[in-house]
Amino acid sequence: MYQFNYERPKTLADAEALLGKADDPKILAGGQTLIPTLKQRLAMPSDVIDIGGIKELDFIRAEGDAVMIGAATRHATVATSPDVRKHNPALADLAGWIGDPAVRHMGTLGGSIANNDPAADYPAACLGLDAKIHTTKRLIEADEFFTGMFETALQDGEIIKEVTFPHPEKAAYMKFRNPASRYAMVGVFVSKGPWGVRVAVTGAGQNGVFRVAEMEEALAKSWSPDAVANIKVPAKGINSDLHGSAEYRAHLVTVMAKRAVAAAS
Amino acid sequence: MSGAIAAEGIGQPVRRKEDFRFITGNGHYTDDIARARQTYAYFLRSPHAHARIKSIDTSAAEAAPGVVAVFTGKHVADDGLGGLICGWTVTSKDGTPMKAGAHPVLAFDTVRYVGDHVAMVVAETLADARAAAELIDVDYEALPAAVALSTCQDEKTAQVHTEAPRNTCFEWELGNKAETEAAFAKADRVVKLDLTNNRLIPNAMEPRAAIGEYDKGSGIYTLHTTSQNPHVARLVLSAFVGVAPEHKLRVVAPDVGGGFGSKIFIYAEETACVWAAAKVGRPIKWTGDRSEAFLSDAHGRDHLSHAELALDKDGKFLGLRVKTIANLGAYLSTFSASVPTYLYGTLLSGQYDFPAIYVEVDGVYTHTAPVDAYRGAGRPEATYLVERIVETAARETGIDPAELRRRNFVRTFPHQTPVIMNYDAGDYEASLDAALEAIDYKGFAARKSEAASRGKLRGIGFSSYIEACGLAPSAAVGSLGAGVGLWESAEVRVNPTGNIEVLTGSHSHGQGHETTFAQLVASRLGVPLDSVEIVHGDTDKVQFGMGTYGSRSGAVGMSAIVRALDKIETKAKKIAAHLMEAAVEDIVFENGTFTVQGTDKSLAWAELSLAAYTAHGFPSADIEPGLKEGAFYDPTNFTFPAGCHICEVEIDPDTGITRIVKFVAVDDFGTVINPMIVEGQVHGGIAQGIGQALLEHGVYDPDSGQLVTGSYMDYCMPRADDLPSFTLGFTKTVCPSNPLGMKGCGEAGAIASPPAIINAVTDALGIRDIEMPATPARVWEALQSAAPRAAAE
Ligand SMILES: Cc1cc2nc3c(=O)[nH]c(=O)nc-3n(C[C@H](O)[C@H](O)[C@H](O)COP(=O)(O)OP(=O)(O)OC[C@H]3O[C@@H](n4cnc5c(N)ncnc54)[C@H](O)[C@@H]3O)c2cc1C
Repeated sequence: MYQFNYERPKTLADAEALLGKADDPKILAGGQTLIPTLKQRLAMPSDVIDIGGIKELDFIRAEGDAVMIGAATRHATVATSPDVRKHNPALADLAGWIGDPAVRHMGTLGGSIANNDPAADYPAACLGLDAKIHTTKRLIEADEFFTGMFETALQDGEIIKEVTFPHPEKAAYMKFRNPASRYAMVGVFVSKGPWGVRVAVTGAGQNGVFRVAEMEEALAKSWSPDAVANIKVPAKGINSDLHGSAEYRAHLVTVMAKRAVAAAS
Repeated sequence: MSGAIAAEGIGQPVRRKEDFRFITGNGHYTDDIARARQTYAYFLRSPHAHARIKSIDTSAAEAAPGVVAVFTGKHVADDGLGGLICGWTVTSKDGTPMKAGAHPVLAFDTVRYVGDHVAMVVAETLADARAAAELIDVDYEALPAAVALSTCQDEKTAQVHTEAPRNTCFEWELGNKAETEAAFAKADRVVKLDLTNNRLIPNAMEPRAAIGEYDKGSGIYTLHTTSQNPHVARLVLSAFVGVAPEHKLRVVAPDVGGGFGSKIFIYAEETACVWAAAKVGRPIKWTGDRSEAFLSDAHGRDHLSHAELALDKDGKFLGLRVKTIANLGAYLSTFSASVPTYLYGTLLSGQYDFPAIYVEVDGVYTHTAPVDAYRGAGRPEATYLVERIVETAARETGIDPAELRRRNFVRTFPHQTPVIMNYDAGDYEASLDAALEAIDYKGFAARKSEAASRGKLRGIGFSSYIEACGLAPSAAVGSLGAGVGLWESAEVRVNPTGNIEVLTGSHSHGQGHETTFAQLVASRLGVPLDSVEIVHGDTDKVQFGMGTYGSRSGAVGMSAIVRALDKIETKAKKIAAHLMEAAVEDIVFENGTFTVQGTDKSLAWAELSLAAYTAHGFPSADIEPGLKEGAFYDPTNFTFPAGCHICEVEIDPDTGITRIVKFVAVDDFGTVINPMIVEGQVHGGIAQGIGQALLEHGVYDPDSGQLVTGSYMDYCMPRADDLPSFTLGFTKTVCPSNPLGMKGCGEAGAIASPPAIINAVTDALGIRDIEMPATPARVWEALQSAAPRAAAE
């Protein structure tokens, strides 16, 4: 680790002020990605602003037809929240599949989507549930938020405050875990709700999470595993590495989609 | 034997004495030790697989905050420090000795693998050392690298060492070539198989660590380090590397968190720390991090083999012919030459009565981390080859795999194999039968069709393994090229108050010696377990010993303790006879009490111990005061644990995921001291075998030589939910060559299980072979090409 200034503000306003003042600041949430990055000396921020002490970022509220989740809410809290379990069990399940217990008790929703790891789970839920991402500056639609591998629409100094997940009528997430890291090698989130049908895929795409229009159309006509069973995503643009070829991952998209639909039926 | 003592004695599942300390955080590992004025070392490592070092400029690093000193290969060379050695010389077919390339402690003008040691920075803090290391300016000329095992012997491939043309360190052979050719000439059937044994990265829980110290007053160096064999480390550092004379060098291996072979070896980092401690005049500490462990701990396995099995029309084995290319990595490590030769070729007879065997092994260099012994060391490679080809033969001949094995088992003992080993005792059919029963072999067909009705492919696989432990008779290993003898030492010290210290040359780094060794002493002397302390791991306390590897601590280490206890008993009886005024022949020692046969005269253990030290009235010509005896035990043969593992898997053809649904292991370890510890060893060994078969793979990029699997993001260690519940069983034939009849159990699980698993996977898929690890991706790909047949079944 290189030397940096460490701050732990109590309010969002203080955090914003600190971010404005610093040369090259980094927000620290659960630290599950940022701390290893710092330890390996792959980042050299001037200031680390720890948002873990900001109470107004740590909440889960069910209101009207949506669940609002604060950006600093831990994965374990989401996985076990009665509100999330009741209105959006697929989201709670997804949070429960992230990493291991230690990671789930430290990692946060905001950190996960700000990082936009192409193998992370939450991006699939955001895109698959037509979520709204509220920041200190604006509201960003999930469709606009994830812009590429480790890339988002966030600007410098912009802090994610909360994510609004509208209740789905039906939804499920199926994850094929990378045997080593247990991140998603392929994760498919399917849902049906006021927004219509969504199929969001994480883990597979070279540019991160993406939707599969052909599957969405098929499921809109007939919500059944058979409807997607013969729809294949092209292997072009799909990740290929030691753990699996693009063809294998593309095949898994169909398998996981089928299983997700079956689970959500 | 009295009840309380019997409950702690040989054969009892006594809870491990050491665990309380470990699980409450009260162990003392090397990194827990802090010395006054200690400094910290950080190693600058090569980012290239192969490069020439044109120049190194350390001036900026030397001027950086907190830096005490910076050392490079030039300092090492100028100081006349010797290189790291291989303690086993293998001779090629043509009679020439292996071609060992120099292995400097810090690279001199060439780096040969990613992670090779370029410079050591010593500073006030680790952060200072790391920061300064970034200021070292190394001018590298990157060179093409020899990475892939399959092409490293090509004329055009880059050379790792100029001494070894075609990157070939040795071309070794074993067995009788002419007899084997003749056997193949008369065979009714020849089964052929090409096999890969994947590279593994050990991953002991505690990474390697060292603290080097130098005492100017006495001229004594001290090295605290993570070693499985501190005396061997001292000998090598003294006699070969030349750090200090043996009597001026103390090596301490305190609590060590797992080794699996990787901590046998004498590495650059530990050596550099103790050497440089005198230069800087302060202790130097280094604790490897996990990334460094991936890069620079010696890796395991990594073979390419072609095997041929000759059978007659009844399925009797006539001969076995094997050609193996074994990866040694960039440098020879401490025992690396012995692993793919004498620990491998000698086990190729398996449990079978082979008339003829011929094996050739090329040991080759590549620009990758050194490869050396890893749990099983050579024997997993041999077992994988034998049990895979036997299973393949069963499928090709249509003979049931259990039956084919039965037809070829060795049944009379002693049995001389065509590849050196002389099997002393065993009953291979007994373990096969017990395993068949435990897995319900008869019910397999029904289970397979039930699985098929759920869309799953079910398969079953066998492994009837044998291994050689109890390393090893010194004369035998000496004649095969070892630079050391492989006996073991023990000293039993009885204190005046009657409790006992046992100094053993073995080293415990997870095996439970503090419990099993104490059980032996408690049983033998009739004292409570708590009054026995096992002392190990410090060259200042313990007499020279060879350490722990090759499942030798029981069969060799405990045998040395038995010999020392024999001497203790002899002397104690002499004292008892004197004290009770009886003839030595009339003294009976039982349950910790000495009695004079036929009288009511008796003496308790504690009374005798005290008397040994008060020594009042001892006839000095006859009886020396004190009660302390030592022994060196040299085994007369290897020991031969054997057994049968059977695995059943279910494969999901949609995803390629393999689930192990049943795993039976029936092992013959001879006498078992503590069945709970033995079961734990078997569980751990099978877990590692499952890791090798389904999950773990050390992968280098074939062009750049970068380690692709350099962290747990890509290197897949087995986790609890990857493992089934194991069904264990034991059969017993006593080992005739050592006093307790023990064979050893530390490696069997890792040796036996991989072929059982791959045999099950290939059975489920209906294919001849799949490379380890059989990951979901590989299984799915195999299914794409084998689809018609798998679907038809
Ligand atoms: C062993 C392990 C296994 C894992 N497995 C999985 C898995 O299976 N699936 C999965 O999805 N994830 C996995 N993760 C990642 C983990 O879930 C974390 O969610 C993720 O690392 C980021 O969250 P964090 O709170 O730790 O963020 P941090 O590491 O603190 O920050 C990550 C990045 O987000 C930025 N950031 C954080 N909060 C905000 C905010 N409110 N506004 C703007 N920017 C912000 C930071 O500046 C930083 O750039 C794993 C991590 C580990 C260590």
